[in-house]
Amino acid sequence: MGKDMKLDRKNELKEKLAHYLFLFNATVAIISVAAIAFFVFYRGLQPFIPGNAEGTYSLIDFLTGLEWRPGEGKFGILYMIVGSLLATTGAIVLGVPIGILTAVFIAELAPKWIRTVIKPAVELLAGIPSVIYGLFGLGIIVPAIMQLSSQPQGQSLLAVILVLMIMILPTVITITESAIKAVPDSYREGSLGLGATKLYTVFRVVLPAAKSGILAGVVLGIGRAIGETMAVMLVAGNPIAGLPTSIFSPVRPLTTNIAMEMSYAFGLHQEMLFATGVVLFTFIIIINLILNRITRGSELK
Amino acid sequence: MVNKFSIKNLDMYYGDFQALINVNMEILDKEITALIGPSGCGKSTFLRTLNRMNDLIEGVRVEGEILLDGENIYKDIDVTKLRTRIGMVFQKPNPFPMSVYDNVAYGPRAHGIKKKAELDEIVEKSLRRAAIWDEVKDRIKKNALSLSGGQQQRICIARALAVDPEVLLMDEPTSALDPISTLKVEDLAEELKKDITIIIVTHNMQQAARISDKTAFFLNGELIEFDETDIIFSVPKDKRTEDYITGRFG
Repeated sequence: MGKDMKLDRKNELKEKLAHYLFLFNATVAIISVAAIAFFVFYRGLQPFIPGNAEGTYSLIDFLTGLEWRPGEGKFGILYMIVGSLLATTGAIVLGVPIGILTAVFIAELAPKWIRTVIKPAVELLAGIPSVIYGLFGLGIIVPAIMQLSSQPQGQSLLAVILVLMIMILPTVITITESAIKAVPDSYREGSLGLGATKLYTVFRVVLPAAKSGILAGVVLGIGRAIGETMAVMLVAGNPIAGLPTSIFSPVRPLTTNIAMEMSYAFGLHQEMLFATGVVLFTFIIIINLILNRITRGSELK
Repeated sequence: MVNKFSIKNLDMYYGDFQALINVNMEILDKEITALIGPSGCGKSTFLRTLNRMNDLIEGVRVEGEILLDGENIYKDIDVTKLRTRIGMVFQKPNPFPMSVYDNVAYGPRAHGIKKKAELDEIVEKSLRRAAIWDEVKDRIKKNALSLSGGQQQRICIARALAVDPEVLLMDEPTSALDPISTLKVEDLAEELKKDITIIIVTHNMQQAARISDKTAFFLNGELIEFDETDIIFSVPKDKRTEDYITGRFG
């Protein structure tokens, strides 16, 4: 006698219910992103639409202005965009090489016992709340810069860069490390079998093969750096006007502009802070599009 | 004929596990030696002790002697130099994710050759020696991964030949290939034998019989029998060898 093949309604229903449960959960993330995007853009674009109830502001003046004086109705953020970009670039330029070399060390070179020290340290670094980074920056980095700089204060572009550099390390290290680990051993064996040294193998075969993963780590690092708020706020100096002229100049990144004033702003001032958020959000979207491109490229291979 | 390799009382351990037990073997220059035996018998492990590829695995210990032209390769020698003398071709074709040209030029570049004319010459010569020049000469800048499996394997052979090795270790080089590609690789091995020593691990009994001069039968980490291929496949001395080649186990 064969086994009973009758349709099991109960089982089928269970499968279906589970399916919808998963679907529902997945939509939470999608709806959140859509809601946040809509909300920020809706509020942030108001001032540039003629006839806005709280007053209007020129988009050009907003994007090219070098002064942020809400009391005088001046809302220029170009110097903040520049500050954000310079700080992020600096953090990437310093942090990425350190991060990649650390990842290479952990994944390819370090003896086991050193690996068991470095890995938890990196994971802990990722878990430290950003305000603690800020305190560290304020307590150690800022005073040190004050010794070097001719400026009266240590809060500066350099301080922001150094704090962000440390903050992006865990992202760059972990993602680069997993990209390196994903490189098949057959590549390493092929290279070593030809009499190439370990270092030659790492730099000529392993890292190129892990390239797209590493780039993904760099892009996520950029995202982290440009979006970081709390730690940056404590060490940036946050001037109300002026492009940074040296690494010792204080800066006011986009994020801190919002965080510092949102609690008491109202009317047009508040909407201009939302508009700052729109600019920041746009940067994040661009970064994510780049990231998508990179990771999709690696899947095709 | 001279000895290329002399293996004396070779024991090898992975941690506590002894993978090779007292192996003694003389491998002659410019011959093809086939290593056969069931999975896990130690034949690949043995092959990888010959270019110290096992060094990469943690906890590996080697005792006894392996002499290459009379020099102990486990004494103070430069492993990278050893591996330029002893090339290796792996089970699965493993070209690097770069162009055919860059693959073949990889070894010479790793050893400091930078001049383009010199590299061009080495690349062409190696591809010709690996009998794949005609198939790839128009696609030399294409990614090697876009070639078929059989072509990839011959690219890997060309890549190994580019550093001008004296010995070529082949670890089941045709197990991932179709029958036609397999024949091409076998023909190639016989051609290369004129200049270099070849040691090949294979699961394919016919392959061992077809191309090798000597055959070594391994079982549970021991070298059971090692003799002329004709003898191994017609009148093996050991009962276990006979059982294996007649397909009674393994």
